[in-house]
Amino acid sequence: MNTTALKDLLYRLADDQLILGHRNSEWNGLGPILEEDIAFSSMAQDKLGHSLQLYTLLHNLGEAEPDTVAFTRNAPQFHCTQLVELPIGDYAFSLIRHFLYDHAELLRFQLLATSSYEPLAQVARKLKGELKYHVLHANTWVKQLGTSTEEAIEMLQTALNETLPYALGLFEKTEHEEAIIADGIFPGEDELKAQWLESISKVLAQTNLELPDLSTVAPVYGGRHGEHTEHLQPLLDEMAEVFRLDPTADW
Amino acid sequence: MNQSQHSLSAPDKATILTWLEVVTDPEIPTVSLVDLGVIRDVRVADDGYVTVRMTPTFSGCPAMDYMRRDVERVLREHGVERFAVEMSLEEAWSSNWVTERGRAALKAHRLSPPPVHQGIVDLDILEYAECPNCGSRNTTLRSPFGPTLCRALHYCNDCRQGFEQFKPV
Repeated sequence: MNTTALKDLLYRLADDQLILGHRNSEWNGLGPILEEDIAFSSMAQDKLGHSLQLYTLLHNLGEAEPDTVAFTRNAPQFHCTQLVELPIGDYAFSLIRHFLYDHAELLRFQLLATSSYEPLAQVARKLKGELKYHVLHANTWVKQLGTSTEEAIEMLQTALNETLPYALGLFEKTEHEEAIIADGIFPGEDELKAQWLESISKVLAQTNLELPDLSTVAPVYGGRHGEHTEHLQPLLDEMAEVFRLDPTADW
Repeated sequence: MNQSQHSLSAPDKATILTWLEVVTDPEIPTVSLVDLGVIRDVRVADDGYVTVRMTPTFSGCPAMDYMRRDVERVLREHGVERFAVEMSLEEAWSSNWVTERGRAALKAHRLSPPPVHQGIVDLDILEYAECPNCGSRNTTLRSPFGPTLCRALHYCNDCRQGFEQFKPV
Protein backbone atom coordinates (compact mmCIF):
# COMPACT_ATOMS: atom_id res chain seq x y z
CA MET A 1 0.00 0.00 0.00
CA ASN A 2 1.21 3.50 -0.90
CA THR A 3 1.59 5.12 2.54
CA THR A 4 2.28 8.60 1.18
CA ALA A 5 -0.99 8.51 -0.77
CA LEU A 6 -2.87 7.14 2.24
CA LYS A 7 -1.54 9.91 4.50
CA ASP A 8 -2.49 12.52 1.91
CA LEU A 9 -6.08 11.25 1.97
CA LEU A 10 -6.19 11.09 5.78
CA TYR A 11 -4.95 14.67 6.12
CA ARG A 12 -7.64 15.87 3.71
CA LEU A 13 -10.36 14.05 5.68
CA ALA A 14 -9.10 15.07 9.12
CA ASP A 15 -8.45 18.72 8.28
CA ASP A 16 -11.92 19.14 6.76
CA GLN A 17 -13.54 17.76 9.92
CA LEU A 18 -11.37 19.84 12.27
CA ILE A 19 -11.88 23.15 10.50
CA LEU A 20 -15.61 22.80 9.85
CA GLY A 21 -15.98 21.55 13.42
CA HIS A 22 -14.35 24.76 14.62
CA ARG A 23 -16.54 26.91 12.36
CA ASN A 24 -19.71 25.10 13.55
CA SER A 25 -18.72 25.81 17.16
CA GLU A 26 -18.88 29.54 16.40
CA TRP A 27 -22.70 29.19 16.34
CA ASN A 28 -22.57 28.31 20.04
CA GLY A 29 -24.75 30.95 21.72
CA LEU A 30 -25.70 32.60 18.41
CA GLY A 31 -28.13 30.11 16.82
CA PRO A 32 -31.38 31.58 15.49
CA ILE A 33 -33.28 29.28 17.88
CA LEU A 34 -32.07 27.25 20.85
CA GLU A 35 -32.33 23.93 18.99
CA GLU A 36 -30.05 25.23 16.22
CA ASP A 37 -27.57 26.52 18.76
CA ILE A 38 -27.46 22.98 20.18
CA ALA A 39 -27.41 21.31 16.74
CA PHE A 40 -24.41 23.24 15.39
CA SER A 41 -22.56 22.83 18.69
CA SER A 42 -23.27 19.07 18.68
CA MET A 43 -22.09 18.72 15.10
CA ALA A 44 -18.97 20.69 16.07
CA GLN A 45 -18.28 18.21 18.87
CA ASP A 46 -18.87 15.24 16.53
CA LYS A 47 -16.54 16.64 13.90
CA LEU A 48 -13.76 17.33 16.40
CA GLY A 49 -14.16 13.72 17.58
CA HIS A 50 -13.96 12.55 13.96
CA SER A 51 -10.79 14.57 13.32
CA LEU A 52 -9.23 13.05 16.45
CA GLN A 53 -9.93 9.52 15.17
CA LEU A 54 -8.37 10.39 11.81
CA TYR A 55 -5.32 12.17 13.29
CA THR A 56 -4.85 9.09 15.49
CA LEU A 57 -4.67 6.94 12.34
CA LEU A 58 -2.01 9.33 11.02
CA HIS A 59 -0.14 9.13 14.33
CA ASN A 60 -0.15 5.33 14.04
CA LEU A 61 1.44 5.80 10.60
CA GLY A 62 4.29 7.80 12.13
CA GLU A 63 2.95 11.38 12.10
CA ALA A 64 3.10 13.60 15.21
CA GLU A 65 0.60 13.48 18.10
CA PRO A 66 -2.98 14.56 17.19
CA ASP A 67 -2.77 17.77 19.27
CA THR A 68 0.56 18.71 17.71
CA VAL A 69 -0.77 18.12 14.21
CA ALA A 70 -3.99 20.02 14.90
CA PHE A 71 -2.55 23.00 16.75
CA THR A 72 0.95 23.71 15.47
CA ARG A 73 0.63 23.80 11.68
CA ASN A 74 0.04 26.97 9.69
CA ALA A 75 -2.39 27.49 6.81
CA PRO A 76 -0.13 26.31 3.93
CA GLN A 77 0.27 22.95 5.71
CA PHE A 78 -3.48 22.34 5.88
CA HIS A 79 -5.22 20.15 3.29
CA CYS A 80 -8.82 21.17 3.97
CA THR A 81 -11.00 22.45 1.18
CA GLN A 82 -11.62 26.21 1.16
CA LEU A 83 -15.35 25.51 1.70
CA VAL A 84 -14.86 24.63 5.36
CA GLU A 85 -12.69 27.62 6.29
CA LEU A 86 -15.08 30.36 5.11
CA PRO A 87 -16.56 32.40 8.01
CA ILE A 88 -20.00 31.29 9.23
CA GLY A 89 -21.73 34.22 7.50
CA ASP A 90 -25.48 34.23 7.99
CA TYR A 91 -27.58 31.20 8.88
CA ALA A 92 -28.57 30.61 5.24
CA PHE A 93 -24.91 30.24 4.24
CA SER A 94 -24.04 28.00 7.20
CA LEU A 95 -27.06 25.79 6.53
CA ILE A 96 -26.27 25.41 2.82
CA ARG A 97 -22.59 24.72 3.52
CA HIS A 98 -23.60 22.11 6.10
CA PHE A 99 -26.06 20.54 3.60
CA LEU A 100 -23.55 20.37 0.72
CA TYR A 101 -20.66 19.25 2.93
CA ASP A 102 -22.40 16.61 5.04
CA HIS A 103 -24.04 14.88 2.08
CA ALA A 104 -20.54 14.49 0.63
CA GLU A 105 -19.05 13.34 3.95
CA LEU A 106 -21.73 10.74 4.65
CA LEU A 107 -21.23 9.24 1.17
CA ARG A 108 -17.45 9.50 1.49
CA PHE A 109 -17.41 7.51 4.73
CA GLN A 110 -19.93 5.01 3.37
CA LEU A 111 -17.46 4.37 0.52
CA LEU A 112 -14.54 4.24 2.96
CA ALA A 113 -16.36 1.65 5.09
CA THR A 114 -15.08 -0.99 2.67
CA SER A 115 -11.60 0.53 2.28
CA SER A 116 -8.71 -1.88 1.83
CA TYR A 117 -7.00 -0.04 4.71
CA GLU A 118 -8.85 -1.74 7.57
CA PRO A 119 -8.12 0.85 10.33
CA LEU A 120 -9.71 3.54 8.12
CA ALA A 121 -12.63 1.24 7.26
CA GLN A 122 -13.28 0.77 10.99
CA VAL A 123 -13.30 4.52 11.65
CA ALA A 124 -15.54 5.06 8.59
CA ARG A 125 -18.07 2.48 9.80
CA LYS A 126 -18.22 4.36 13.10
CA LEU A 127 -18.48 7.86 11.60
CA LYS A 128 -21.13 7.15 8.98
CA GLY A 129 -23.70 6.30 11.67
CA GLU A 130 -23.10 9.67 13.30
CA LEU A 131 -23.05 11.62 10.03
CA LYS A 132 -26.54 10.34 9.25
CA TYR A 133 -27.85 12.68 11.93
CA HIS A 134 -26.00 15.61 10.36
CA VAL A 135 -27.61 14.90 6.99
CA LEU A 136 -31.03 14.41 8.57
CA HIS A 137 -30.65 17.80 10.26
CA ALA A 138 -29.56 19.57 7.06
CA ASN A 139 -32.34 17.98 4.97
CA THR A 140 -35.01 18.91 7.51
CA TRP A 141 -34.17 22.60 7.41
CA VAL A 142 -33.42 22.84 3.70
CA LYS A 143 -36.80 21.25 2.95
CA GLN A 144 -38.67 23.34 5.51
CA LEU A 145 -37.11 26.72 4.69
CA GLY A 146 -36.76 25.94 0.99
CA THR A 147 -40.56 25.68 0.70
CA SER A 148 -41.49 28.54 3.03
CA THR A 149 -41.48 32.31 2.41
CA GLU A 150 -40.12 34.10 -0.64
CA GLU A 151 -37.48 35.75 1.49
CA ALA A 152 -36.24 32.43 2.90
CA ILE A 153 -36.14 30.82 -0.53
CA GLU A 154 -34.24 33.77 -1.98
CA MET A 155 -31.70 33.74 0.85
CA LEU A 156 -31.10 30.01 0.45
CA GLN A 157 -30.88 30.25 -3.34
CA THR A 158 -28.27 33.03 -3.06
CA ALA A 159 -26.32 30.98 -0.54
CA LEU A 160 -26.52 27.91 -2.79
CA ASN A 161 -25.27 29.81 -5.85
CA GLU A 162 -22.38 31.35 -3.90
CA THR A 163 -21.38 28.16 -2.07
CA LEU A 164 -21.45 25.67 -4.96
CA PRO A 165 -18.05 26.61 -6.46
CA TYR A 166 -16.46 25.98 -3.06
CA ALA A 167 -18.45 22.76 -2.52
CA LEU A 168 -17.10 21.41 -5.81
CA GLY A 169 -13.65 22.01 -4.33
CA LEU A 170 -14.40 19.05 -2.03
CA PHE A 171 -13.69 16.77 -4.99
CA GLU A 172 -10.34 18.30 -5.91
CA LYS A 173 -7.90 15.54 -6.78
CA THR A 174 -4.32 15.35 -5.68
CA GLU A 175 -1.37 13.70 -7.40
CA HIS A 176 -2.13 10.61 -5.29
CA GLU A 177 -5.62 10.01 -6.70
CA GLU A 178 -4.64 7.11 -8.95
CA ALA A 179 -2.64 5.35 -6.23
CA ILE A 180 -5.52 5.67 -3.75
CA ILE A 181 -7.93 4.08 -6.23
CA ALA A 182 -5.45 1.41 -7.39
CA ASP A 183 -4.78 0.35 -3.81
CA GLY A 184 -8.48 0.03 -3.09
CA ILE A 185 -8.27 2.66 -0.32
CA PHE A 186 -11.02 4.83 -1.82
CA PRO A 187 -12.99 4.60 -5.11
CA GLY A 188 -12.06 8.17 -6.01
CA GLU A 189 -13.41 11.73 -6.14
CA ASP A 190 -15.31 11.29 -9.44
CA GLU A 191 -17.33 8.40 -8.02
CA LEU A 192 -18.05 10.38 -4.86
CA LYS A 193 -19.05 13.50 -6.79
CA ALA A 194 -21.55 11.54 -8.93
CA GLN A 195 -23.18 10.04 -5.84
CA TRP A 196 -23.21 13.44 -4.12
CA LEU A 197 -24.92 15.14 -7.04
CA GLU A 198 -27.67 12.51 -7.05
CA SER A 199 -28.07 12.77 -3.28
CA ILE A 200 -28.40 16.58 -3.04
CA SER A 201 -30.58 16.73 -6.17
CA LYS A 202 -33.16 14.43 -4.56
CA VAL A 203 -33.56 16.78 -1.61
CA LEU A 204 -33.47 20.01 -3.61
CA ALA A 205 -36.19 18.63 -5.92
CA GLN A 206 -38.52 18.71 -2.91
CA THR A 207 -37.96 22.47 -2.46
CA ASN A 208 -38.36 25.66 -4.48
CA LEU A 209 -34.59 25.88 -4.84
CA GLU A 210 -32.86 25.33 -8.14
CA LEU A 211 -29.55 23.60 -8.50
CA PRO A 212 -27.51 25.55 -11.08
CA ASP A 213 -26.12 23.55 -14.00
CA LEU A 214 -22.84 22.32 -12.55
CA SER A 215 -21.11 22.45 -15.95
CA THR A 216 -21.39 26.25 -15.72
CA VAL A 217 -19.86 26.42 -12.24
CA ALA A 218 -16.07 26.73 -11.96
CA PRO A 219 -14.87 24.78 -8.89
CA VAL A 220 -12.66 26.58 -6.38
CA TYR A 221 -9.59 24.37 -6.06
CA GLY A 222 -6.35 24.81 -4.12
CA GLY A 223 -7.26 23.81 -0.58
CA ARG A 224 -6.04 20.23 -1.00
CA HIS A 225 -2.64 21.65 -2.01
CA GLY A 226 -2.29 24.15 0.82
CA GLU A 227 -3.70 27.20 -0.97
CA HIS A 228 -6.21 28.88 1.28
CA THR A 229 -8.32 32.00 1.68
CA GLU A 230 -7.28 34.78 4.04
CA HIS A 231 -9.77 33.35 6.55
CA LEU A 232 -7.87 30.18 7.52
CA GLN A 233 -4.78 31.57 9.28
CA PRO A 234 -6.77 33.80 11.72
CA LEU A 235 -8.98 30.77 12.49
CA LEU A 236 -5.90 28.64 13.24
CA ASP A 237 -4.38 31.39 15.41
CA GLU A 238 -7.57 31.60 17.46
CA MET A 239 -8.07 27.84 17.67
CA ALA A 240 -4.49 27.21 18.84
CA GLU A 241 -4.07 30.30 21.04
CA VAL A 242 -4.25 28.48 24.37
CA PHE A 243 -2.35 25.38 23.20
CA ARG A 244 0.52 27.47 21.90
CA LEU A 245 0.93 29.28 25.26
CA ASP A 246 2.47 26.08 26.57
CA PRO A 247 2.59 23.18 24.09
CA THR A 248 4.07 20.87 26.76
CA ALA A 249 1.26 21.44 29.28
CA ASP A 250 -0.49 18.30 30.55
CA TRP A 251 -4.26 18.69 29.99
CA MET B 1 3.27 -18.52 43.33
CA ASN B 2 2.81 -21.80 41.52
CA GLN B 3 0.38 -22.30 38.67
CA SER B 4 -2.48 -23.86 40.65
CA GLN B 5 -2.52 -21.09 43.27
CA HIS B 6 -2.51 -18.56 40.47
CA SER B 7 -5.55 -19.96 38.74
CA LEU B 8 -7.40 -20.04 42.05
CA SER B 9 -6.80 -16.35 42.72
CA ALA B 10 -7.31 -15.06 39.17
CA PRO B 11 -10.87 -13.77 38.67
CA ASP B 12 -12.81 -15.11 35.73
CA LYS B 13 -14.64 -13.13 33.07
CA ALA B 14 -18.09 -13.46 34.67
CA THR B 15 -16.79 -12.18 38.01
CA ILE B 16 -15.13 -9.18 36.42
CA LEU B 17 -18.30 -8.34 34.47
CA THR B 18 -20.22 -8.39 37.76
CA TRP B 19 -17.72 -5.95 39.29
CA LEU B 20 -18.01 -3.67 36.29
CA GLU B 21 -21.78 -3.39 36.70
CA VAL B 22 -21.17 -0.51 39.13
CA VAL B 23 -19.54 1.59 36.40
CA THR B 24 -22.25 3.82 34.97
CA ASP B 25 -22.49 6.45 32.27
CA PRO B 26 -21.44 9.66 34.11
CA GLU B 27 -24.32 11.52 32.47
CA ILE B 28 -26.93 8.75 32.87
CA PRO B 29 -26.13 7.31 36.31
CA THR B 30 -28.93 4.71 36.15
CA VAL B 31 -27.35 2.67 33.33
CA SER B 32 -24.20 0.55 33.55
CA LEU B 33 -21.61 0.44 30.78
CA VAL B 34 -22.15 -3.31 30.52
CA ASP B 35 -25.87 -2.82 29.84
CA LEU B 36 -25.14 0.04 27.44
CA GLY B 37 -22.96 -2.28 25.35
CA VAL B 38 -19.93 -0.04 25.84
CA ILE B 39 -17.93 -2.78 27.53
CA ARG B 40 -17.55 -5.28 24.71
CA ASP B 41 -15.37 -8.00 26.10
CA VAL B 42 -13.29 -9.10 29.06
CA ARG B 43 -10.42 -11.51 28.57
CA VAL B 44 -8.39 -13.18 31.28
CA ALA B 45 -5.15 -14.64 29.97
CA ASP B 46 -3.57 -17.82 31.39
CA ASP B 47 -1.13 -15.68 33.37
CA GLY B 48 -4.02 -13.67 34.90
CA TYR B 49 -3.55 -10.57 32.75
CA VAL B 50 -6.95 -8.85 32.29
CA THR B 51 -7.96 -7.03 29.10
CA VAL B 52 -11.17 -5.02 28.97
CA ARG B 53 -12.29 -3.88 25.52
CA MET B 54 -14.56 -0.83 25.33
CA THR B 55 -16.06 1.04 22.39
CA PRO B 56 -17.45 4.60 22.37
CA THR B 57 -21.16 5.23 21.71
CA PHE B 58 -20.28 8.41 19.79
CA SER B 59 -16.71 9.07 18.71
CA GLY B 60 -16.69 12.64 20.07
CA CYS B 61 -18.13 11.63 23.46
CA PRO B 62 -16.18 13.57 26.12
CA ALA B 63 -17.23 11.10 28.84
CA MET B 64 -15.22 8.22 27.36
CA ASP B 65 -12.04 9.09 29.29
CA TYR B 66 -13.98 9.19 32.56
CA MET B 67 -15.57 5.83 31.81
CA ARG B 68 -12.19 4.28 31.07
CA ARG B 69 -10.76 5.67 34.33
CA ASP B 70 -13.77 4.33 36.26
CA VAL B 71 -13.21 0.87 34.80
CA GLU B 72 -9.52 1.02 35.76
CA ARG B 73 -10.42 2.16 39.29
CA VAL B 74 -12.86 -0.73 39.82
CA LEU B 75 -10.28 -3.27 38.62
CA ARG B 76 -7.71 -1.86 41.07
CA GLU B 77 -10.22 -1.86 43.93
CA HIS B 78 -10.66 -5.61 43.39
CA GLY B 79 -6.94 -6.19 43.53
CA VAL B 80 -6.32 -6.56 39.80
CA GLU B 81 -2.92 -5.06 39.14
CA ARG B 82 -2.04 -6.26 35.68
CA PHE B 83 -4.60 -5.11 33.17
CA ALA B 84 -5.23 -3.05 30.02
CA VAL B 85 -8.38 -1.15 29.13
CA GLU B 86 -8.56 -0.83 25.36
CA MET B 87 -10.70 1.61 23.41
CA SER B 88 -11.52 -0.19 20.18
CA LEU B 89 -13.46 0.62 17.01
CA GLU B 90 -13.26 -2.97 15.81
CA GLU B 91 -17.04 -3.10 15.78
CA ALA B 92 -18.93 0.21 15.59
CA TRP B 93 -21.26 0.57 18.59
CA SER B 94 -24.89 -0.25 17.86
CA SER B 95 -27.82 0.89 20.00
CA ASN B 96 -29.21 -2.65 19.49
CA TRP B 97 -26.58 -3.73 22.01
CA VAL B 98 -28.38 -1.97 24.88
CA THR B 99 -29.74 -4.80 27.04
CA GLU B 100 -33.32 -5.10 28.34
CA ARG B 101 -32.03 -4.07 31.75
CA GLY B 102 -30.28 -1.12 30.09
CA ARG B 103 -33.50 -0.05 28.40
CA ALA B 104 -35.34 -0.13 31.72
CA ALA B 105 -32.52 1.91 33.28
CA LEU B 106 -32.77 4.54 30.54
CA LYS B 107 -36.52 4.78 31.15
CA ALA B 108 -35.87 5.20 34.87
CA HIS B 109 -33.83 8.27 33.91
CA ARG B 110 -36.81 9.47 31.79
CA LEU B 111 -34.95 8.77 28.56
CA SER B 112 -36.71 7.01 25.71
CA PRO B 113 -34.67 3.91 24.80
CA PRO B 114 -33.42 3.60 21.19
CA PRO B 115 -35.81 1.54 19.02
CA VAL B 116 -34.35 -1.80 17.95
CA HIS B 117 -33.56 -1.77 14.22
CA GLN B 118 -32.63 -4.32 11.56
CA GLY B 119 -29.13 -2.96 11.01
CA ILE B 120 -30.24 -0.04 8.88
CA VAL B 121 -31.11 3.20 10.66
CA ASP B 122 -33.45 5.02 8.27
CA LEU B 123 -35.59 8.10 8.74
CA ASP B 124 -38.53 6.12 10.17
CA ILE B 125 -36.28 4.70 12.86
CA LEU B 126 -34.72 8.08 13.63
CA GLU B 127 -38.11 9.77 14.02
CA TYR B 128 -39.67 7.06 16.16
CA ALA B 129 -39.68 7.43 19.93
CA GLU B 130 -41.94 6.29 22.72
CA CYS B 131 -42.72 8.90 25.37
CA PRO B 132 -40.95 7.85 28.59
CA ASN B 133 -43.55 9.69 30.66
CA CYS B 134 -46.88 8.37 29.35
CA GLY B 135 -45.83 5.61 26.92
CA SER B 136 -47.51 7.27 23.91
CA ARG B 137 -46.16 6.66 20.40
CA ASN B 138 -47.82 9.83 19.13
CA THR B 139 -44.58 11.81 19.28
CA THR B 140 -42.60 14.16 17.04
CA LEU B 141 -38.84 14.48 16.52
CA ARG B 142 -37.93 18.08 17.36
CA SER B 143 -34.19 17.93 16.81
CA PRO B 144 -31.71 15.10 16.22
CA PHE B 145 -29.36 16.91 18.63
CA GLY B 146 -29.84 17.24 22.37
CA PRO B 147 -27.86 18.07 25.51
CA THR B 148 -25.33 15.29 24.80
CA LEU B 149 -24.22 13.69 21.53
CA CYS B 150 -26.19 10.52 22.27
CA ARG B 151 -29.56 12.23 22.79
CA ALA B 152 -32.25 13.60 20.48
CA LEU B 153 -35.14 15.93 21.38
CA HIS B 154 -38.71 14.71 20.89
CA TYR B 155 -42.16 16.02 21.84
CA CYS B 156 -45.13 14.00 23.07
CA ASN B 157 -48.39 15.09 21.42
CA ASP B 158 -50.45 13.33 24.11
CA CYS B 159 -48.97 14.43 27.41
CA ARG B 160 -47.59 17.56 25.72
CA GLN B 161 -44.13 17.43 27.15
CA GLY B 162 -40.75 17.47 25.58
CA PHE B 163 -38.53 14.47 26.27
CA GLU B 164 -35.13 13.12 25.30
CA GLN B 165 -34.31 9.89 23.54
CA PHE B 166 -31.12 7.85 23.50
CA LYS B 167 -30.40 7.92 19.76
CA PRO B 168 -30.55 4.79 17.63
CA VAL B 169 -27.26 4.16 15.80
